[in-house]
Amino acid sequence: MISVTNLRKQFNGAAALDGISLDIGQGELLALLGPSGSGKTTLLRIIAGLEQADRGTLFIDGQDALPVPPRARGIGFVFQHFALFRHMTAADNIAFGLTVKPRAQRPSRKAIADRVQELLSLVQLEGLGARFPSELSGGQRQRIALARALAVEPKLLLLDEPFGALDAKVRVELRHWLRELHDRLGLTTIFVTHDQEEALELADRVAILNAGRIEQVGRPREVYDRPGSAFVMEFLGEVNKLQCHIAAGRAVLGKQGGPSVDAGTLPAGPAVAYVRPHEIELDPKTPVGACDTVVRSLSVIGPRTRLHLELGGKLIEADADRAQVDALALTAGMTVRIRFKMVRLYTTSPSGMGYWRGSDGTTGQAPIENIRRSLPYSRVG
Amino acid sequence: MAVDRRASPKGLGSRLIAVSAASFMALFVVLPLTLIFQQAFADGVSRYLAAIADPETLDAIWLTLLIAAIAVPLNTLFGVAAAWCIAKFSFPGKNILVTILDLPLSVSPVIAGMVFVLLFGAQGWFGPALAAHNLKIIFAFPGLVLATLFVTLPYVARQLIPLMLQIGRDEEEAAIVLGAGGLRTFLRVTLPNIKWGLIYGVLLCNARAMGEFGAVAVVSGHITGVTVTMPLQVEIFYNDYHTVAAFAVASLLSLLGLLTLLLRRWLEVEGRGAVGAGMKGLPT
Repeated sequence: MISVTNLRKQFNGAAALDGISLDIGQGELLALLGPSGSGKTTLLRIIAGLEQADRGTLFIDGQDALPVPPRARGIGFVFQHFALFRHMTAADNIAFGLTVKPRAQRPSRKAIADRVQELLSLVQLEGLGARFPSELSGGQRQRIALARALAVEPKLLLLDEPFGALDAKVRVELRHWLRELHDRLGLTTIFVTHDQEEALELADRVAILNAGRIEQVGRPREVYDRPGSAFVMEFLGEVNKLQCHIAAGRAVLGKQGGPSVDAGTLPAGPAVAYVRPHEIELDPKTPVGACDTVVRSLSVIGPRTRLHLELGGKLIEADADRAQVDALALTAGMTVRIRFKMVRLYTTSPSGMGYWRGSDGTTGQAPIENIRRSLPYSRVG
Repeated sequence: MAVDRRASPKGLGSRLIAVSAASFMALFVVLPLTLIFQQAFADGVSRYLAAIADPETLDAIWLTLLIAAIAVPLNTLFGVAAAWCIAKFSFPGKNILVTILDLPLSVSPVIAGMVFVLLFGAQGWFGPALAAHNLKIIFAFPGLVLATLFVTLPYVARQLIPLMLQIGRDEEEAAIVLGAGGLRTFLRVTLPNIKWGLIYGVLLCNARAMGEFGAVAVVSGHITGVTVTMPLQVEIFYNDYHTVAAFAVASLLSLLGLLTLLLRRWLEVEGRGAVGAGMKGLPT
């Protein structure tokens, strides 16, 4: 169990961590997700002891870990670029943590060799122990780095952008493999990533960081379906962003006279509406909550069709079913009526309240404790 | 390995340039070097050997070796420590340290020698205090070591800083998280990575330490058999019209230079071929 409270860190006067509080359960696989500069790697390095916190506390299994030097924290760390010892073979890399133990705790030469073999087979690289890092592929280096971190039997495994330096295909393979390995070993694991797909697919819970603060923590489904802030909404997947105005409990999307949706209890004033491309439906029949758009372009991506639609002078993207597009014989220039299956509204006030409404009548409000701050509006999803 | 796409010179213009470059090299490098050996052996091998076996020469050789044996290890220690600080940490005054490190390369060695005379000479700042304790630095062995230390200060550090910057801190951090202490991390991770660069830096430092003339000449006082190093001995023999002896000693210094170059060549090949650490590039 890892407990982080109000952690703060400044670099040259700029806040890298601006009061982070987070609990990580035993055996949990947690993703720290955020854009570059959001502080996620700094948080990971402070947990490892490679960076000093200015303020705040860190408890690992009930023990205050901040005064403990990194070498005594019982942590396995996998670096973004693997940081394998380039002058040592893969086997020597894995054995390193065992060979530097104090003499009294150091296993025998034979025990170390056995452990190395065991780990090599765990990471499915039997027979490659004699290779040097430069003779291994990226994915293989990553596995050796992981085996090296596991060799010392850490209480906690930390991975900094573990797939960042790999090409796309290897990345997906290793992702699945890492999840399996985690389930098998049950080791508490924190990994840093800027790839939302990776975080959502791999993690038990995702913590989304922005500008040194946690915007939201939750299970992947939770953060995707109920984004706690406009920032989270924009960061997780593609979105259409429409400026709107709330008056009398309704939000008018786009220009005046545009379609309007129920705004729940959100206060009157300017707000932003988000609609994911796959939450837009082509619906020529129902007039309820509907609006007319003009097809500007249309491209077929496998089974889906990506439409660029003009709504009140603004282009929005929609993912439509191939069959439906074919049935309607859509071409550029045609007018088509659409329906929003789900609209999420966020006020632009500093508290950044969120509210969403589905076409089936379901509504929801972002849990207030998840809301930290509204997004900087320069980010366009 | 990149394929060398450069063609051999074909056109008249490029041939002309190639020929003039080659002639320039021959005139200013190969010819003088040949002349040194030709002059050294002008009166035969026995005269050459006799010149080297001269007690004065032997004293000079011994003194030069001794100075190098003190200055090179000290500057190696300093160079590694300085490069480590500069490459692996950021701290206030870092840029100033880097600049100061270059000072011995940019300032004339004569000035370096003068500074030591001003500090430790009879009329210098510490002169009276030294005299009171009957300590002699200028015109004595300690002065020679100090002057040599000064002029050879940057060589190891200069060689290591870019290498260490390129390698980065990741591997050391990995070693520390894996439980290694500071010394063990240095010996098992840092040192093997910088090995080839370090050896080359030490070679350069040594070549300069043995060949230094200007700074040493100022603090030496030319006391035969006591403060005369090999380069100074060359000058003394030459001024005394002992041409063969002068060139004999000069030939030894030239050999040192050639040996350094040969070792450099070997290091470049070896350092690149060695798995992991390279003098220039990183395999990863």
